[in-house]
Amino acid sequence: MSKYLLDKFLYTVDRDPVLVEQYRTEPAHLVDWWEREMACVLLNCHTAEKTTWLSFTPEERRALVKRDHVALFELGAHPFLTLTLFIAMFERDHGPLEYQIAYARAMDHLHLPYPDIAT
Amino acid sequence: MATVAAVIASTHHPFYYRASTSVGADRPPFADEWVAKIEAFRATLTRAEPDVLLMVGSDHFHQLWLDNMPQFLVGKAPFFDANWHNEEREFGLPRMRLAGDESLAAHILRSGLDAGFDLAFSNELRIDHSVTCPIITLRPQADLPIVPVYTNIFAPPMPQPSRFVALGRALRAMVEAWPSDKRVAIVGTGHLSLELGGPRQFGPHGPDPEFDRKAVAWIANGDVEGSLAEVTLDSLHAPGNATHGFMDFMLMMGAAGDGVKADYVDSLDLFHTMEAYFTWYPSGGSVR
Repeated sequence: MSKYLLDKFLYTVDRDPVLVEQYRTEPAHLVDWWEREMACVLLNCHTAEKTTWLSFTPEERRALVKRDHVALFELGAHPFLTLTLFIAMFERDHGPLEYQIAYARAMDHLHLPYPDIAT
Repeated sequence: MATVAAVIASTHHPFYYRASTSVGADRPPFADEWVAKIEAFRATLTRAEPDVLLMVGSDHFHQLWLDNMPQFLVGKAPFFDANWHNEEREFGLPRMRLAGDESLAAHILRSGLDAGFDLAFSNELRIDHSVTCPIITLRPQADLPIVPVYTNIFAPPMPQPSRFVALGRALRAMVEAWPSDKRVAIVGTGHLSLELGGPRQFGPHGPDPEFDRKAVAWIANGDVEGSLAEVTLDSLHAPGNATHGFMDFMLMMGAAGDGVKADYVDSLDLFHTMEAYFTWYPSGGSVR
């Protein structure tokens, strides 16, 4: 399990408008490409200095491909990162605050203590 | 020595800019009341006649990331570009550029390190809405140099609440010991109860109005002891999963002084979270 890598995916996709659109339209392709090409890029370092050990578990990969924000929450992904990226992808299809409220209602079965987000 | 002209603590609501500038059908029904409260709050900074703003906020995973995460960081640069793509996208925030006061930043770094705070620093810091929201609300002309101080209220493990209070006390003392004739306002923003990305987000009010009532009373009364007796890193999960931002209010209580009541207190119950505004005029910082 790699909460850090889930967070890294959400963080790096969110900040790149091209990747946000690819994740919206072709999630399976984007997640596969990202894990192959981006997961081991050490941010702010020369691209040759790759990390050698980061990868998703099958469960994490599945949650990302399905864009399942509830599963990502349960896996301990940072909720701020998930929310920000998912608003970028899906708010446009809804009325004001409609998406944010539906996002919360899908999690109504979750109670404290929430999954640990420490990385 | 420098004068602490005002200590100001506030929530930072990224929706204010859009709400206050929207017109016609796009203008939310609560916008006029919100703008009136902000303008009254703004006057409390204006009358302090500050020359420099020492600004406490928290990067929201913009420049500071989990591969290299500081707990407390001071920005030391001649300029700070501000606001990020995802803040333009989600909140409609404008791009900004603020001048920095490198002399005060250098003083805070040196005296902070010597006082036992191992402060990180950045010489190229793009700041986010935790600092620009109070610029927009309190000093929209954005004409004063700033020194940003970032705290980690976002990525566990975080420092203890007592450490935030201690840093606030130390920042106040450092400003008072700065060899300068400038008037410094210490401005910090945090959160009351807040949930982001969880089932209690975007409700009709903040996720824990009872916590908000208590928190406003702690801050308004300068009740550092009362807040420290109840607030822990674990307890802050209960009012909402982003409520660790309250520790920045605790830092500001440390800067204002134990037991010192705020000279100005206001709040506004909004959907999603409560807004709250506090200003202290320290005895040495009387208005010119």
